[in-house]
Amino acid sequence: MGTNEGGLLDKQFQKAKQQAEQQKYQQMVQSVKPKQTWLKNAIAAFVVGGAITAFAQVIQNILQAVGLAQKEAGTTTLVIMVFLGAFFTGLGIYDNLGKFAGAGSIVPITGFANSIVSPALEFKREGFVYGVAAKMFTIAGPVLVYGFLISVIIGLIAFIFQ
Amino acid sequence: MGGTKRIGQRTIQFADPPSVVATASIVGPKEGEGPLADSFDKIIQDTYYGEKSWEKAETKMLAEAVNMSIKKAGLTPGDVDYLFAGDLLNQTISANYAARQLSMPFFGLYGACSTMYEGITLAAILIDGGYADRVAAATSSHHDTAERQYRYPTELGTQRPMTAQWTVTGAGAILLGKSGPGPKITHATVGKVIDQGVKDPSDMGSAMAPAATDTIITHLQDTGRSPDYYDLIVTGDLAHIGKALTEQLAQQQNIDLSNNYTDCGVLIYDPSQDVHAGGSGCACSAVVTCSYLLEEMIAGKYKRILGLGTGALMSPLSSQQGESIPGIGHAVVFEMM
Repeated sequence: MGTNEGGLLDKQFQKAKQQAEQQKYQQMVQSVKPKQTWLKNAIAAFVVGGAITAFAQVIQNILQAVGLAQKEAGTTTLVIMVFLGAFFTGLGIYDNLGKFAGAGSIVPITGFANSIVSPALEFKREGFVYGVAAKMFTIAGPVLVYGFLISVIIGLIAFIFQ
Repeated sequence: MGGTKRIGQRTIQFADPPSVVATASIVGPKEGEGPLADSFDKIIQDTYYGEKSWEKAETKMLAEAVNMSIKKAGLTPGDVDYLFAGDLLNQTISANYAARQLSMPFFGLYGACSTMYEGITLAAILIDGGYADRVAAATSSHHDTAERQYRYPTELGTQRPMTAQWTVTGAGAILLGKSGPGPKITHATVGKVIDQGVKDPSDMGSAMAPAATDTIITHLQDTGRSPDYYDLIVTGDLAHIGKALTEQLAQQQNIDLSNNYTDCGVLIYDPSQDVHAGGSGCACSAVVTCSYLLEEMIAGKYKRILGLGTGALMSPLSSQQGESIPGIGHAVVFEMM
């Protein structure tokens, strides 16, 4: 067995030993970490998410009742909900809701508004060009990019198979 | 293994132990509502501290802490030979801009949350080595500047996991000299970067615990001491989860830390403050050491403390590239002599 071979085996042995150590440590970490309160979080998300969307439905019903067509009422409701998300972010209370509600306040469109307004507020100190405008979409960027992309793909598929 | 003032693998034994001359600690409102509120020199009323940005507020606190420690010693800034300072922000701007105000010879450091103990070690080396009479070590962190850089905009409505820690808003400064009211710095054990594969940046305690344990054990081996030589062993910011893991890891090597071990991230906040796992940030170990710990030593409660600053050496970029989080721990022995 040449010295090179011995060196390579030694390296592989060290690597395997390190991996075993790391796995053992991961198990230790898992046992010490506090357990996730899945049920509590899920219920909070359900209740708040449901409340927000039910509220939006009420608004849409009111708008339709005063004479708007369904499509216009839907669009107007979206505008109102986005405004409310932005407004409460500006007041500094949307993050307090998010702490309790988790996905319940992130997923509705109010959460989307929050994800754009919060970086806009945050980076104002770096100016309106490099701060606000450039950094506004740091959180929502992936939603916009992949949302557009998938819509275009689905549109193409629909067009091709028409 | 070179050097005449070096024992064991990597512990420095100072021939003429430098002394703590003065300390200063400034903290934010949340820390000022915590269990150690009475120990801090100053509690600022809001996180902007009269400045236009949180970054400027952090710089202000850091410069003020250094000046406060110099004033407490009855000295002037010109009496300080060198300053070691660092912080969490890109290019360590808090330290750089504070140094701009302080105009003393300056070494900028980055050790993440271990910066204070790294600074104390280097300051002690300069003094014991005869290169300086008085050296200052200081650091700062700020909850909001850290959130902006490492995590999410502060108004974003996401949930933080229970393993997450709360970055301490504050600044701590320590002035070391050839003589002083004490305590003295007798030993320093320099850390090695240790990475046990933890990838979750919301769980830095787990990432740093192996490095902290490694340094504690190396220190005890190098000095031939056992944990109960010390009245207190304190880590910087492992918080509840990292602390529990360190105890377990040490136990695996037959070192029992259960009697006299605590952590600054556990001490600085009360559980009712909803900080999840506990405190973190450069200022965590700095303000707790520069107030509560050293005060209690001078008051006679503790004679020997092994302090250990812990740092998680990742950046948002490294985590996004799938890297795990390496940790480091620097130990310093404080002893009333």
